[in-house]
Amino acid sequence: MAKVLMKGNEAIALAAIKGGADAFYGYPITPQNEIPEYLSKHMLANGKVFLQAESEVSAINMVYGAAGAGKRVMTSSSSPGIALKQEGISYITAAELPCLIVSVMRGGPGLGSIQPSQGDYYQATRGGGNGDYHLIVFAPESIQETIDVIKESFDIADYYRNPVMVLVDGLIGQMMESVDFDRPVRERFLPNKDWATTGTKDHPGRRNVANSLYLDPQALENHNIHLNEKYKLIKKNETKFELVNFDNPEYVIVAYGTMARICRSAIEMLKKEGIEVGMIRPITLFPYPEKAFDQIPANAKGILTCELSMGQMLDDVLIANNGRHKVGFFGRAGGMLPDPEEIVAAIKNFNERVVK
Amino acid sequence: MWETKYEKSAGLTDSKLSYCPGCTHGIVHKLVAEVLVELGILDRSIAIASVGCSVFSYQFFNCDAQQSPHGRACALATGVKRVLPENIVFTYQGDGDLASIGIAETIHAANRGENITVIFMNNAIYGMTGGQMAPTSLIGQRTTTSQDGRDVAHHGNPIKISEMFSTIEGVAYLERVAAYDPKHVINAKRAIKKAFQYQMENKGFTMVEIVATCPVNWGLKPVDAMKWSKEAMEPVFPLGVFKDKGAK
Repeated sequence: MAKVLMKGNEAIALAAIKGGADAFYGYPITPQNEIPEYLSKHMLANGKVFLQAESEVSAINMVYGAAGAGKRVMTSSSSPGIALKQEGISYITAAELPCLIVSVMRGGPGLGSIQPSQGDYYQATRGGGNGDYHLIVFAPESIQETIDVIKESFDIADYYRNPVMVLVDGLIGQMMESVDFDRPVRERFLPNKDWATTGTKDHPGRRNVANSLYLDPQALENHNIHLNEKYKLIKKNETKFELVNFDNPEYVIVAYGTMARICRSAIEMLKKEGIEVGMIRPITLFPYPEKAFDQIPANAKGILTCELSMGQMLDDVLIANNGRHKVGFFGRAGGMLPDPEEIVAAIKNFNERVVK
Repeated sequence: MWETKYEKSAGLTDSKLSYCPGCTHGIVHKLVAEVLVELGILDRSIAIASVGCSVFSYQFFNCDAQQSPHGRACALATGVKRVLPENIVFTYQGDGDLASIGIAETIHAANRGENITVIFMNNAIYGMTGGQMAPTSLIGQRTTTSQDGRDVAHHGNPIKISEMFSTIEGVAYLERVAAYDPKHVINAKRAIKKAFQYQMENKGFTMVEIVATCPVNWGLKPVDAMKWSKEAMEPVFPLGVFKDKGAK
């Protein structure tokens, strides 16, 4: 397939179909509506399942059911809707069911706005559901990268039996770019889903149960340890990041998604002025690319965390930096997008930005 | 010559039931299990356990199962049935789970005509959490959160699920039954069987509401609890067929 011009949300939907989605359950919320709209037509036309649920709460629990039945299943939503899904996400993670959750961030808290934001970094990486669990969180910066990640996400979810969240913002969802849907996906060995609840006819002598209840404290701790071992393995195998302009940078920016795109322009502008600024661009937010910070030269003057929030990823930057360099912060929120010039100014006045 | 006259249904596992003496969960579990075996659908059935006393039903029904978050059983059942339409999917829910926190999921599953079967145990109280007021608690009923008795002005009236669901187009079969004596237990089994048969025939959403007991949280002995379900509950929750799309 040649390159096509496509809107982000529709590209997410088509990439999910190409990734092998069997079912979609969702509920309308701006700015992600083109995902269910596209899928309502194209899933049904391909003999797949599409269902608009009565709420986000219900949609994520339909995802639980279908994932438990061994199918490739997804949902999509935006900030307040993802908040409603947290209950189900916790249960799905506990029951070790694979699924894809697309989160198209808008401004918050509360009803907030429908403009792009990165205010749900905590929601994605710390979770709002109960208990010790993690999602595998991808934060692509372009529609092409979003397509590539989504196509692979069902494989990753199936491999680890863990939900994958693809976290973008309203800008990526709403803009159009020229994209290629046929880029190769990494081949993975995927074991049979012999745990799926498809009826004992398919596995005589064994009952399959999707469950998250462990009343015996030792049994639950064993389950917690098992999950934690899995998260460690995910950390080892799946951490992804990009280093931009990292040839002996004077300053280093850390930014993801839409903010990373803006920072790219700022880095080019600074280069013309003779200031070399590198960028660590996390592609996975969990696992967080802490090792990337080891590549920051010892003589770098500082790290500037740039986010479309009041400072959430900043926590992970401080952990990864571990006191080695000064860390500063630049953020816009509420749906306000900075011009690259604002980031240029923040680098030039870095000392005013230092938080630790 | 010895002959087997009665044995535990193959539809139940060997797990020890967690229910109290005089509780009707055990009886209804047996009925559901027997129906699944008699209809030859046990090995393609998927049980959706809810939250409440029947939370462990995923250990008791001898088929595949999923354990649902509180109130979401019909959403899970929808998720399963839509991707596995050839399988038999049923939920087993109490009144707190279905009539309170899960009423939206249940109404919309019914309205979509999801081809699933709901076994709804109505004992007018929260059992697992220790006897709190349920949406189905009777007027004047003392519970740990309505210690002077349920008061209409403060709490509203008991919600009547079967009456309410009888207005929903997607419901194919809906009957309220009881389990307080052998005659009614036999009748309950007939209703449960019919509900599963309708699911096998893809007729739509089916639900059987069982007027059930909770002797421990009602503060009654088992026999008195059976009597209370008949004398106090049945007048508020009258038995009968509320909807039958297959009726001639």
